[in-house]
Amino acid sequence: MNTTNAVTCRKVDKIFEQGELAVHALSDVDLEVKSGGFVCLSGPSGSGKTTLLNMIGGLDRPSDGEITVAGQRIDQMRMSDLAELRLQHIGFVFQAYNLIPVLSARENVEFVMQLQGLPAHERSQRALAILDQVGLNGMEDRRPGELSGGQQQRVAVARAIVSNPALILADEPTANLDSATAEKLMELMRELNAQIGTTFIISTHDKLVMSYARRLIKMHDGEIIDDIQQDGRDA
Amino acid sequence: MLITIAWRNLWRNHRRSLIMLTAIAIGLWGMIWMTALMRGMVDQMIDDAINTLSGHVQVHAPGYLDDPSIEHSIPAVEDNPQLQQLLDSSQVTAWSQRVRVPAVIRSERDVYGVTLIGIDPEREVGLSFIADSVNEGRYLETAADKQVLVGRKLLEQLETKPGRRIVLMSQDPDNNIAERGFRIAGVFDADLQATETGYVFAGIDTVRKMLRMGDVVSEISLLGTDYRDVDGLAQEVQTVSDYGETKTWLQLDPYMASMLNVMDGFIFIWFGVIFLALSFGLVNTLLMAVFERTREIGLIQALGMQPGSILFMVLVESLIMLLIGLFAGNLLSWLTILPIRDGIDISGVSEGLEWAGMSSTLSPSVLASDVLLANSIVLVLGVAASLLPAWRASRKVPVEAITRVWQ
Ligand SMILES: Nc1ncnc2c1ncn2[C@@H]1O[C@H](COP(=O)(O)OP(=O)(O)OP(=O)(O)O)[C@@H](O)[C@H]1O
Ligand SMILES: [Mg+2]
Repeated sequence: MNTTNAVTCRKVDKIFEQGELAVHALSDVDLEVKSGGFVCLSGPSGSGKTTLLNMIGGLDRPSDGEITVAGQRIDQMRMSDLAELRLQHIGFVFQAYNLIPVLSARENVEFVMQLQGLPAHERSQRALAILDQVGLNGMEDRRPGELSGGQQQRVAVARAIVSNPALILADEPTANLDSATAEKLMELMRELNAQIGTTFIISTHDKLVMSYARRLIKMHDGEIIDDIQQDGRDA
Repeated sequence: MLITIAWRNLWRNHRRSLIMLTAIAIGLWGMIWMTALMRGMVDQMIDDAINTLSGHVQVHAPGYLDDPSIEHSIPAVEDNPQLQQLLDSSQVTAWSQRVRVPAVIRSERDVYGVTLIGIDPEREVGLSFIADSVNEGRYLETAADKQVLVGRKLLEQLETKPGRRIVLMSQDPDNNIAERGFRIAGVFDADLQATETGYVFAGIDTVRKMLRMGDVVSEISLLGTDYRDVDGLAQEVQTVSDYGETKTWLQLDPYMASMLNVMDGFIFIWFGVIFLALSFGLVNTLLMAVFERTREIGLIQALGMQPGSILFMVLVESLIMLLIGLFAGNLLSWLTILPIRDGIDISGVSEGLEWAGMSSTLSPSVLASDVLLANSIVLVLGVAASLLPAWRASRKVPVEAITRVWQ
């Protein structure tokens, strides 16, 4: 096992049974992402990007194959261990429904830190700082319903990065953002990637996001059909 | 944080929370209120039964209950020092001895069969209803009083009134007719019509003289300290008066005993009905509440919350709801029972229920144990009802919970 790999997938299959119909969402996916990688998943709708992110994040189990994250096999892991792994190692940005509706922006950002057991003082300090960084100064106490889609998305990104996880999985993080905000967000992610070596796996349709990626993986019908190093460096 | 989320979630869907709170409160109220009325009714029935004449414990001659004639008499208390001592002890709050025989009462107009009861008027105070039920004319003054008390209804049937004369006839120990004229001293009112038409009271010494029976009595009646706990006392009385037959009020009134069982059964069924209605409601709404938030719960789980904590969160949510609901229910019960604690007039329905020994006012009787039981039932039920959805929520693989959250 290569310990410098943040993520390793071996022959991962995912079949969704829908009554009579079986959808082969992933077939025989082999993937290695090095620690500190900045990887973009692209591909047409239904190609399996989200499904793959779910598998890597331990949100769903593969039908077949092995997945290793942070040196741990997760495909057979117990639910409570998976939860712990997600809490300590992985930051998530979902495309929609990212935030807990009854909590304010700041409380949403603090949520993961609180689960991790950080003291209240430190939590609120870091949450305020990070919200400021994503340009949400002054909106800390609004609930998700009082924020625009783009603002909600930024809160979600803030929550994903605030506890400095080793791996961040983001599904279409810029889908609701204008290009200026999207660019700022990508800069922020690249900065984290460069400064503390956070590994990013981002699914996207957005050319801008792809342009930030150092490695671009193209998917089609549940298979990886292309894998391009964009800056010559190993990602 | 868990509690914050749970608390705020409660107020997210106002309508559902309110419906649920109302259901819990009304369920609890229904249990408490209904039992209070039932208990009140039972207490009243027992009170009536006991103070109509039976007392907690009675002693008769063997055979008297089957044939309440003058042949079946027992010695007076004064002739049994041991019994006298027991009756004067602190175990006994009141006692009395009576002559009680079948008789015929005759006015100028009509004739009726009654039970003639010779009493010591002072001894009946605090023991039976008669001492404070005379609302017209006067109560008897001494054991030798030469006038009688008749019930309101009987007075009407005889078409006579206080101060007028009636004639009472019965049998003496030699089976001869004993007959004597009396003046009506007063008229008594009773909860039950049968009491008003069935009993005529006179001084015990006067009755003894009329029946030529000497210093014997038909029954000794006594009150202990608690109607629920009379067996020990009855036992002691039996020991010191073994010539007689000692019975508790429940033994004397098997009808009342079975009535009590029916009431208990009824309370049980009532609790069951509310329990069922409430559990369907609770399970349903809680399931809905969790189902509606599947995505949110999935999100929380995706962020790394332990399945156990999710279970806890959902439980806390329903617990908060339950506690508020219980508070409201208890308050509602208190508010609705307070104004009627001195009794409500149910004479409209009680006439039809006279056979059951019901009187015309009903005072609710709230037992702490009933309130506690009702509260615990709702609480336990609510927690049990929320365990299912909570458990299901925590068992879900997150992606199932957030299917298509990230398209
Ligand atoms: N829970 C599910 N049950 C059944 N089929 C599913 C489920 N999730 C995904 N699929 C199917 O698996 C395939 C891959 O879906 P996936 O969501 O991974 O695509 P995607 O690349 O993320 O698409 P998009 O760009 O539209 O987000 C699709 O055919 C989809 O219909
Ligand atoms: Mg997708």
